[in-house]
Amino acid sequence: MKCKDIVKELADYLDEALDPCLRTSIEQHLGECKDCRVVVDTTKQTIDIFCNSEPAPLPPTTRARLHDALVKHLRRARPGNTSHA
Amino acid sequence: MNSPKLDPVPAHPLPSQVVKADEPVFVARAKAGDVSAFETLVSRYERKIFRLTQNITQNREDAEDAMQEAFLKAFEHLGEFEGNSRFYTWLVRIAVNQALMKLRRRRSNVVSLDDEIDTGEDMMPREVEDWGPSPMERYEQTELSEILSRVISELDPPFRIVFQLRDIEQLSTEETAEALGLSVPAVKSRLLRARLKLRQRLNQYFRRGTNS
Repeated sequence: MKCKDIVKELADYLDEALDPCLRTSIEQHLGECKDCRVVVDTTKQTIDIFCNSEPAPLPPTTRARLHDALVKHLRRARPGNTSHA
Repeated sequence: MNSPKLDPVPAHPLPSQVVKADEPVFVARAKAGDVSAFETLVSRYERKIFRLTQNITQNREDAEDAMQEAFLKAFEHLGEFEGNSRFYTWLVRIAVNQALMKLRRRRSNVVSLDDEIDTGEDMMPREVEDWGPSPMERYEQTELSEILSRVISELDPPFRIVFQLRDIEQLSTEETAEALGLSVPAVKSRLLRARLKLRQRLNQYFRRGTNS
């Protein structure tokens, strides 16, 4: 297995979607190739950083507009509903 | 009649990977006509949905409109939600559609999501530098958020949107393909390209010795 093969299989490797034989071949290569180890590790960290990042709070004006629209819509759509009161 | 009361913003937002186990309970109550249950779902997901629409449209006004329309549509069509997927996944798909409509309207020259994209160019990473452990801890939360917004905004829409759905919203490859009308191999090749481009762009912030 060559470095370009590692890159080609990288997404499935990180998603653990490879068959065991191919995975073993990749891991053998990673044991011998520092550059590929760094690429795999930093790509994994890239995913983790985005995946674990918390969304910022809504700007107050955005939140107010959203909730005004919902109040208007919900009131119109369910005129008889009083479960919130 | 009193106006519906909206839940306050949760003091501690949900971890990204967690959809609370009580989601089906609130969905069932909302479907039965309990407005406050739907409001709870809105409060729970409004930040995530706004980040999603913002990352797709790259325009604050469009993002706000798309988010609002997504929640209103979800409410209108709640009766059609059969519970075969998580409510959040269903909501994400509605929000993606609304955001894509805004993006296409504003950028008529934008490459269509389902166009063939040449991913055959050499993808071998050129910058191979170790980041060390926990590189994100070198930045304050606000600064880190700005960095992430900046680097993802630099991706072309077909890559940015696939990454957003697959790696940030954590839809499966199949769900991402279905939401975007793409084949599974197309999602995979765009995802690989997006991950490598983002890795390369984050390298300037996270390689060892940066900001330390």
